Amino acid sequence: MSDPFSGRPRVGLFVTCLVDLMRPSVGFAAAKLLERAGCSVEVPTAQTCCGQPAYNSGDKADAAALARQTIAAFEGYDYVVAPSGSCAGMLKLHYPALLADDPEWSGRAKEFAERVYELISFLVDVRGVEAVDAEFPGRVTYHDSCSGLRELGIKDQPRKLLSSVKGLELKEMAESEVCCGFGGTFSIKYPDISNAMVEKKTANVAAAEPDLLLAGDLGCLMNMAGKLKREGRQIAVRHVAEVLAGELSDPPIAGTK
Amino acid sequence: MKPTTESFKQNVRVALHDPQLQRALAGLPTGLVANRAAARARLPEFEDLRDIGRDIKDHTLAHLDLYLEEYERKATAAGAHVHWAATAAEAREIILQICRDADAKVVTKGKSMISEEIGLNAALESAGIEVVETDLGEYLVQIRGETPSHIIAPAIHLTQEQVEADFRRLHKNLPPDRVLTEPAQLVGEARQVLREKFLAADVGITGANFLVAETGSSVIVTNEGNGDLTQSLARVHVVVASIEKVVPTREDVSAILRLLARSATGQEFSTYTTFSTGPRRPDDPDGPQAYHVVILDNGRSEMLGTAFREALRCIRCGACMNHCPVYGAIGGHAYGWVYPGPIGSVLTPSLIGVKQAADLPNASTFCGRCEQVCPMKIPLPKLMRHHREADFELGGPSLPYRIGLRTWAWFAQRPKLYHMAARLAAAALGAFGRRRGAFRRLPFAGDWTRHRDFPAPQGRTFQQLWAEHKAGALR
Repeated sequence: MSDPFSGRPRVGLFVTCLVDLMRPSVGFAAAKLLERAGCSVEVPTAQTCCGQPAYNSGDKADAAALARQTIAAFEGYDYVVAPSGSCAGMLKLHYPALLADDPEWSGRAKEFAERVYELISFLVDVRGVEAVDAEFPGRVTYHDSCSGLRELGIKDQPRKLLSSVKGLELKEMAESEVCCGFGGTFSIKYPDISNAMVEKKTANVAAAEPDLLLAGDLGCLMNMAGKLKREGRQIAVRHVAEVLAGELSDPPIAGTK
Repeated sequence: MKPTTESFKQNVRVALHDPQLQRALAGLPTGLVANRAAARARLPEFEDLRDIGRDIKDHTLAHLDLYLEEYERKATAAGAHVHWAATAAEAREIILQICRDADAKVVTKGKSMISEEIGLNAALESAGIEVVETDLGEYLVQIRGETPSHIIAPAIHLTQEQVEADFRRLHKNLPPDRVLTEPAQLVGEARQVLREKFLAADVGITGANFLVAETGSSVIVTNEGNGDLTQSLARVHVVVASIEKVVPTREDVSAILRLLARSATGQEFSTYTTFSTGPRRPDDPDGPQAYHVVILDNGRSEMLGTAFREALRCIRCGACMNHCPVYGAIGGHAYGWVYPGPIGSVLTPSLIGVKQAADLPNASTFCGRCEQVCPMKIPLPKLMRHHREADFELGGPSLPYRIGLRTWAWFAQRPKLYHMAARLAAAALGAFGRRRGAFRRLPFAGDWTRHRDFPAPQGRTFQQLWAEHKAGALR
């Protein structure tokens, strides 16, 4: 239920394990965007990871345990919002599938799934945000991360909000919808294939000649940023929420200034 | 066909370092992928057709026994000989016997992945029969002693220069100074060579895109017309098809045909669509004297009662592999068996065993592009995940991987400990990595840092900072 004092919807922020560990500034950017969109933001401490590494490795038991833990941690919030299409897709689409045969949890998983959103699509589709108060003088290109794009239909929402950022020019790259080769544990299990994929991606990124590469998933961003850095390309990489929230004081991903 | 799925990682290394292959694969996005997108855009009801196609196949698979029996009745009534093969070996033996009975010296073949699956060419050749592939791509693959690397474009891994070199090496009776720089010249030469074989063939073997229960017909679609010459010029026509090729009616065929060519090549329709019902009748101007249909199971009926039944909807258009970034990186041969790409990563473990083909369903980022374009809406990532679950049950993927995964999962299920460990990791990595912003080398992430830097964390966890932020706000 909504916050009894302010009447604002209560959003439980699903931080994601990567943002928690690698890049907390994305979490703060997300919180800022949610608060500006009229939500009250809380961060349950009983959350860790959505369980995808286990789920996608065929380890259903551990994945289900993490699903139950996450569902319990976010009991009572009006919405559960994650700054990641991949993790939000896991919570929204795969938890119900994972717990379908569990009589105690299948109903809870479905009820939970209805409250789950990825950050940017939540802002646009649920909160009706049309524009943000932010500025970025430069050219950016946007990579459509697979789960957000294909599982949750995130395509226009980030572009809509980016178009309201003062000074920002969005230049589309070729094949923006093709996977960057991260794939979670895939990048560790099959590093050579992953590398061949990210090489194609960074070539497409570079051809757009941007100052900044954006996406909505930290895993993909770390993969692309790591490759751009190794290739010696001077293209900064950030999570889209950082630009939309105007949170640019931290160095970009894999960057120093 | 003997699988090399167990050396997948080695196959991948070879593929990634094959410059010809990489050059050939680079054409996919502007070729088949762009063509399909254009064809789909021209047909507003395309997405509705996908639902219709899926429903037709689901219905058929739910009553597969009935439709197969009905097909057999109708085909037999039209004069066909219908043979049932439970295994690849049975199918080979049936076809060999047909060839022996026909005293066959030369066999022509239309394109058939089932014949690859059962290793038909090798069996026929060891029986002293000359086998000639008549689909251009299959012919190219055959003369190189290779196997198809794609289900509709078997020679997609080859460049034009390689084809020219092969033709000069093999077609020795043609003038050495002939010009072969244009694709049309290469096609013309292949046609000239193959024409003699069509006329010499005793038996013509084709696959089938459909078996129609209503009429007992088999249906093939081709772009070269080679299938028609294969099946109508030889004395005996043998169709080899797997059980899931049956559909109830001609209406169903036409609905699915609207999806097939568009998904495959971006054509509205393939150039030739040929229905065959029985052998030549007295009034027919041409056609074979005898018409055999060999229907293969080879493990498919085992899939029927499982989640993998959905994979049997496949109409072999190849869209999943055309759009797969993994296929685009490694090509078809690396997959190590008959069916490459996402559908191969689902079918191969089902048909030859998860243990033997465990790498295939694991080597996917689950990007979902295959499912998005599949005309039959096969949930390929989901089915690959089911194979991973079976692999995990059997002790896969590897012991170090499992230890890492289970250790991580143990922590992840204990939030307090997890957050403490995350704080330590963030602090340590942050301290070492901050100056450069990323690591060129990390001891526990060597596979990652071999190819790319590992970005340094900011140094403190979000949970840590948020708690401080909240405490600050309350003060």
